[in-house]
Amino acid sequence: MIEITGLWKAFGALQVLKGVSLEVERGSVVAIIGPSGSGKSTLLRCINLLEDPDRGRIRVGDREMRFSGDNRAKLGDRELSAFRAATGMVFQHFNLFPHMTALGNVMAGPIIVKRMAKREAEDIARELLAKVGLADKGNAYPMHLSGGQRQRVAIARALAMNPSVMLCDEVTSALDPELVGEVLGVIEQLAKEGMTMIIVTHEVAFAHEVADIVAFMSDGIIVESGPPAQLLDHPENPRTRGFLARFHRFVDDFPRPS
Amino acid sequence: MVTGTGYAWDFSFLWGYRWLILTGLGVTIAYTIGTILLGLLVGLATGLLRLSRNLVVTAPLLAYVEIFRCTPLLVQIVWFYYALPVVIGIDIPAHVAAVLVLSLYTGAFYAEIIRGGVSSIERGQWDAARAIGMRRHQVMRHVVLPQAVKRMIPPFMNQSIIQLKNTSLVSTIAVADLLYNGTIITAATYRPLEVYTAVAVIYFLVLFPLTLAAQYVERRLARSD
Repeated sequence: MIEITGLWKAFGALQVLKGVSLEVERGSVVAIIGPSGSGKSTLLRCINLLEDPDRGRIRVGDREMRFSGDNRAKLGDRELSAFRAATGMVFQHFNLFPHMTALGNVMAGPIIVKRMAKREAEDIARELLAKVGLADKGNAYPMHLSGGQRQRVAIARALAMNPSVMLCDEVTSALDPELVGEVLGVIEQLAKEGMTMIIVTHEVAFAHEVADIVAFMSDGIIVESGPPAQLLDHPENPRTRGFLARFHRFVDDFPRPS
Repeated sequence: MVTGTGYAWDFSFLWGYRWLILTGLGVTIAYTIGTILLGLLVGLATGLLRLSRNLVVTAPLLAYVEIFRCTPLLVQIVWFYYALPVVIGIDIPAHVAAVLVLSLYTGAFYAEIIRGGVSSIERGQWDAARAIGMRRHQVMRHVVLPQAVKRMIPPFMNQSIIQLKNTSLVSTIAVADLLYNGTIITAATYRPLEVYTAVAVIYFLVLFPLTLAAQYVERRLARSD
């Protein structure tokens, strides 16, 4: 379904991705965990070409893009847009269009990109807003929505393009703790429905629950990957172990209600 | 009316020159509106093209903007009227030089307002719009510009209000605007104090309501944020 091979990306002198390879089967959920600055977000942004990789190969469905130093400039605006339309992306900071209502945000893709009739787009958008639990918020502008509601609108907006894969970039990191659940709930539901997803997350417990494969990324490469029970509970690589140990200790430091 | 210095103020003679004053005001307003519209075209093209990453496009535009922003308008008017004809060997009538300079001058400021407005839109908006497959021009038209225009309106209104005052400088090359006609009346009556006071009052009466309107619009825009 998705195949990433030997992906490299540098920002100036900073080498962020150092030959990442990742395979994602149709209908499976891959969670990427790892310390900040390890290249997780850059990897996601490269998959839908918001960043253009320096080297490597990306295949999504039957579309394939190859990158090597010299052919980067040839990627036309039209091809890039078509490639991106097939992948949905949800961002840490929602990035809703503030001048459009929730409904307008969800309809934007179908109407502007797919040139769908307004009525048809509206039907789809209403259905998707209902799916993320916001049937009654269609006419609300983003500024009148809570963070959790905004992120759910953003998920509906991505789904409206009927993408073959969803890329979720730390979608709960900017949320107040009490709003995290409602967003993770929607993502879990998508996973159950068989949506192919790549999720960058700090919620290790969530990754454990929802992911088929967890990949640990550090310093621009995927260090280790495997089913959650293996990677999270019995990591082999010392770096993975170190990261998870720090993470668990951090979590355990907090008193828990008994 | 006699003031402390013994000068006997008398505005009554101005009534006899009312048509000259009114036509001057008409010319001032026509120049203002005309050069705002032309300047807007220039500024729109310049501002949007300056967002390009191509240096061949942006470098000359940057030069244009900075040359017009960093030299006095009065010098520009004089230069275009007296020096440019010598350089290009073609006579430029005063009204052409006046329109040209005023449009280019305000256009340089509009260009910065437009460029600044567009680049003030957060990168996340581009990301989100690109991620659902919008092409560059679609992002611009449906996502960036609707938000940017709202931010551009207050500085645009301020710059346009200033433009009405700027037009008074064309009087130096004998374009018959409000100030120039005031000078003519002064020459005929030897009463500069009354004439220039009246001219100042007229500028104020036109501009003050416009600044109030601009403030009102600005407040309305701020509230809808």
